Amino acid sequence: MPVYSEKVMEHFMNPRNVGEIENPDGVGEVGNPVCGDMMTFYIKVKDDKLEDVKFKTFGCGAAIAVSSMVSEMAKGKTLEEAMKITPRAVADELKGLPKQKFHCSNLGAQALNKAIRDYLDKKKGGGKK
Amino acid sequence: MRKVYLDNAATTPLLPEVREAMLPFLGEDFGNPSCLHSWGDTAREAMEDARDQVAQLIGADTEETIFTGSGTESNNFAVKGLALAQQNKGKHVVVSAIEHFSVLHSARTLEKWGFELSLVPVDRYGMVDPDDVRKNLRKDTVLVSIMHANGEVGTIESTKEIAKVTKEKGVVFHTDAVATAGTIPIDVKELGVDALSLAGNQFYGPKGVGVLWVRKGVRIMPFLDGGVQEGGRRAGTENIPAIVGLGKAAELARINMASRIKHLTQLRNRLLTELPNKIEHVVVTGHPRNRLPGHASFCVEFIEGEAMLMLLNSEGVAVTSGSACTSRALKASHVLIAMGISHELAQGSLLFSFGLDNTSEDIDYVLEVLTRVVDRLRQMSPLYAKFIKTGKGGK
Repeated sequence: MPVYSEKVMEHFMNPRNVGEIENPDGVGEVGNPVCGDMMTFYIKVKDDKLEDVKFKTFGCGAAIAVSSMVSEMAKGKTLEEAMKITPRAVADELKGLPKQKFHCSNLGAQALNKAIRDYLDKKKGGGKK
Repeated sequence: MRKVYLDNAATTPLLPEVREAMLPFLGEDFGNPSCLHSWGDTAREAMEDARDQVAQLIGADTEETIFTGSGTESNNFAVKGLALAQQNKGKHVVVSAIEHFSVLHSARTLEKWGFELSLVPVDRYGMVDPDDVRKNLRKDTVLVSIMHANGEVGTIESTKEIAKVTKEKGVVFHTDAVATAGTIPIDVKELGVDALSLAGNQFYGPKGVGVLWVRKGVRIMPFLDGGVQEGGRRAGTENIPAIVGLGKAAELARINMASRIKHLTQLRNRLLTELPNKIEHVVVTGHPRNRLPGHASFCVEFIEGEAMLMLLNSEGVAVTSGSACTSRALKASHVLIAMGISHELAQGSLLFSFGLDNTSEDIDYVLEVLTRVVDRLRQMSPLYAKFIKTGKGGK
């Protein structure tokens, strides 16, 4: 087993907000199965706030824990606040990630960002990605 | 919680008889076998008994058997030492694409030292075609190193047929038998190889000891310089407790091999049949029949190996995976990729390697636990969701 922090293990064993949102306001997909990790984030927006955040993740223990943590950190935040969540902040909340896994597994913030941008683009451009 | 160890390809436990045999050499019989007094004599005699036991296991002559510090050392020694000893004849070596890193990376090092390297491909079962070996041989080829069996997918190679090819061309042939020695019958004369590596911790002996057998008359450059231990081919005070343990393990393996094979094959066959029946979208990797007795390997679609390992571990089940995330290098198993398995599918690789203590109840438990684990991770997987929606992406 890789040496994961207790917090990572806890989120991996009991991930929050797993699933999809029906008719989401935004979707963000990052990674690819070749590099080992892939995350899809779904968001529901109300009054400029993330009313709901859900995810599906293909990947290692760290990738699943990261997704869970990002969803928890983002929920209830304004879009502006949520877009400021960085991979470093996620890793810190998780009490650290193994060094070699920091980049490949830590895609959650990026996926969330992409979902928010998807929402903003749709709002602007009438449904186009 | 039930504990089920199914990672015997990584290492086997030490048999109680082996430990018993080792204990005196961790205690009062501490002598150095190079010394000319009674302490030295005791150690030397024990070491030579062990050498006999190992030689008998593989049908070798006693004096051709060199003790090393591990299977990895044996492979490094063989690949580099056999090539370097013949470099005046040529500087080309041939290895298969699915070799253990201790062979593959040694061959890469030879490249840095001015040798040329050819990699022989494998088919989708991980089999090397002896004809492909033939095609890669050149006038300046001095060494072929192709494993006897692959520890990751269990496939047993056509070593005898490959040896015929190398013999015809007069090229030295080394085989990494770490996965097979002590597990399936080996007779070096019958196999026709010139050098063979094995390791003690693969058949209920201790870690930290291996053997390189080199046929008499085949030259090898010493790897460790120093004293004249091991006929001057491997310097350093011998690890006597481990060597004695290896000898005992070799003796027990030889005596009990048939019954062990029967037991392990039954367990392995059950898992190979029942797992893909119980869980959808699971493919067997490696050769369906030509495989190591206790070895069952699979790829589970739509999910990743490390996550499976962690959840299995939380339920007491120990297995291993060739997924990128489980490797330090974060690369999918080169073995699976060489077999033409996609990176995506390779991420879901799982390897179960049975041992003497495993029972049919262990398989019941593993099937039950794994069904839950796979289901749980698939519910989380965007790839599985896509597959369910579109029917695309399955194998």
